[in-house]
Amino acid sequence: MNDITDLEVREGVDRETVETVANMGSYKYGWDTEIEMEYAPKGLSEDIVRLISEKNGEPEWMTDWRLKAYRRWVTMQEPSWAMLNYPEIDFQDQYYYARPKSMEAKPKSLDEVDPKLLATYEKLGIPLKEQMILAGVEGADAAPADGRKVAVDAVFDSVSVGTTFKDELAKAGVIFCSISEAIREHPELVQKYLGSVVPPTDNFYATLNSAVFSDGSFVYIPPGVTCPMELSTYFRINAENTGQFERTLIIADKGSYVSYLEGCTAPKRDTAQLHAAVVEIVVLEDAEVKYSTVQNWFPGDEDGNGGIYNFVTKRADCREARAKVMWTQVETGSAITWKYPSCVLRGDDSQGEFYSIAITNNHQQADTGTKMIHLGKNTRSRIVSKGISAGKAQNTYRGLVSMHPKATNSRNYTQCDSLLIGDKCGAHTVPYIEVKNASSRVEHEATTSKVDDDQLFYCRQRGMDEEEAVAVIVNGFAKEVLQALPMEFAMEAQSLVAISLEGSVG
Amino acid sequence: MLKINNLHAKLEDEDKQILKGVSLEVPAGEVHAIMGPNGSGKSTTSYVLSGRDGYEVTDGSATLYGEDLLEMEPEERAAAGLFLAFQYPVEIPGVGNMTFLRTALNAQRKRRGEEELSAAEFLKLIREKGKALNIDADMLKRPVNVGFSGGEKKRNEILQMAVLEPKMCILDETDSGLDVDAMRLVADGVNALRAPDRAFLVITHYQRLLDHIRPDVVHIMSDGKIVKTGGPELALEVEQNGYADLLSEVA
Repeated sequence: MNDITDLEVREGVDRETVETVANMGSYKYGWDTEIEMEYAPKGLSEDIVRLISEKNGEPEWMTDWRLKAYRRWVTMQEPSWAMLNYPEIDFQDQYYYARPKSMEAKPKSLDEVDPKLLATYEKLGIPLKEQMILAGVEGADAAPADGRKVAVDAVFDSVSVGTTFKDELAKAGVIFCSISEAIREHPELVQKYLGSVVPPTDNFYATLNSAVFSDGSFVYIPPGVTCPMELSTYFRINAENTGQFERTLIIADKGSYVSYLEGCTAPKRDTAQLHAAVVEIVVLEDAEVKYSTVQNWFPGDEDGNGGIYNFVTKRADCREARAKVMWTQVETGSAITWKYPSCVLRGDDSQGEFYSIAITNNHQQADTGTKMIHLGKNTRSRIVSKGISAGKAQNTYRGLVSMHPKATNSRNYTQCDSLLIGDKCGAHTVPYIEVKNASSRVEHEATTSKVDDDQLFYCRQRGMDEEEAVAVIVNGFAKEVLQALPMEFAMEAQSLVAISLEGSVG
Repeated sequence: MLKINNLHAKLEDEDKQILKGVSLEVPAGEVHAIMGPNGSGKSTTSYVLSGRDGYEVTDGSATLYGEDLLEMEPEERAAAGLFLAFQYPVEIPGVGNMTFLRTALNAQRKRRGEEELSAAEFLKLIREKGKALNIDADMLKRPVNVGFSGGEKKRNEILQMAVLEPKMCILDETDSGLDVDAMRLVADGVNALRAPDRAFLVITHYQRLLDHIRPDVVHIMSDGKIVKTGGPELALEVEQNGYADLLSEVA
């Protein structure tokens, strides 16, 4: 661990103790991978957009789509309405494309992938290799020992490194690959759906993403198919001064079901890095999509240096009747979070749910929430948002519930709670509610509380130290959201909650 | 086991002295009661001993097996064997009673350098202890004290005591808010935990709890001091004549 060198160690102190201390409260995923990278020149221009498109081997329609977005973007203003304070971003001082050199010739399978890359993912606890072996067994019923399978698409800086379990998924008719591959192999699906939920003109960051997105994941679940395993993408930003702009497109055709997980980490750097992703989900008649995120980008150091600036547009379109979508997010990382996973409830009787925990510590700032746009009749939505602030962090819930004139008999229930740890942090709730018909109902509840001294003392009298006690209390506070996560993620998220609050009390 | 000597304490934020020289000693295996009128400093004694914030010790000492309690953090006192049954047990929403107790037990064991209990071992332990106290599985799964009746909360305190197996148990007005049946159930639980290597300090305003938990020694507290110490008959005297008589006698 590099961190040890940062600590002043008195003589005679046990090394193990030092390591334990060094690892405590530090960002676990802060190391970087030394790997030869290939960069596009710094800055953004039409040439860079063309270069990215060319690197990905894209057809002309895609290049044109990007260029259109770029031309739009140069006319747009960065939004300033969020409750976020950060130095102006110089968009010309960024790399927009970085890929490991070894990926120049696209590997045909995971076997051809640079071992260093695979090692990176292994270190992150993502068993790509093991699954690759399993996936490599032609026709075998490849179940790992623990009986649960999760297919993984791993994105390293700008490119997808590899996708596991492809063959087995293909048997079920499920397409799970990188978006660059989908553009080449499944252009009819991409052309039909890309930008249909988040149009390239949507907002400053989404438009930027439309111009320069380098890779991301693509999922198509055919009609009537329940995806045989959970799908997940792990995003890793490694290169310095590089923005990551991934694009995810998920299509759940009629009567299908998929659960999708997204995890994110980045090395510690003392300069901020930009991340502007777009996720689009199309849900057709009777289909259901669960999308869970554990966002653990580097949050910057205790003094607020560095960290990821996370400007993300995520939206699901319940395009047809009885479509269902559920967003669950655990946000512990990033210096700046600007993110509002939304549901467009277009189909009659469609449903949207949003469960969120946003934890901010030190100098982190989060402005996050959701939008529930009720367009169809009898549509339902539910929002449960928990914000936890410690240190000098600022945490804002910003949510829109909109009931259109035709969305008769629709319902929304919103509950947002904030928990403050310490007295230098802040929590804010900004709900926007628009109801344009008489038969719909919107309920909103909001609470703000502090970690109670009586609760703390009670836990400590029973033997827990202060940090353990805070972790227990905070986990209890966050439980409604943690429960909505798939099993493995719930465990991971629970320990993340504890990690990101370490050192925040006392 | 527990030695308190000339303990003086005041509120941290105010210049108000509450304990003005408390001295008492509880040997292992004994049950002592502290009785006294409201505002005499009974509960403050329990808070100062367990290390609650908001109090400042200005003089005197308190030791458990010779170890200075006042120097320790609350969790260190717990691991050393000090347990406080709260007058108002605290609710912790979203945290299962079992999870809470397992986290606490393992935190104590870790601090003492003992092996932590696995989920299975803990389950066995808590089922066994719960049964003895008439605590059903449902109560174990519910969030800590949330929606518990007064009696359930106090029984839960005794369950925690049974699982954590402390040396020195302080019961702060455990009888408050309990009906006769609930009080008997709690008292039975405490009596079952009496042991040669364990001591109890039972803080109460009324004598009635002491009908069920027979003390060896009764201390009367008034205005921040122990003013009289005697056998169980002292509690009966209070019951019959009230505090006023007794205090005027002392004065």
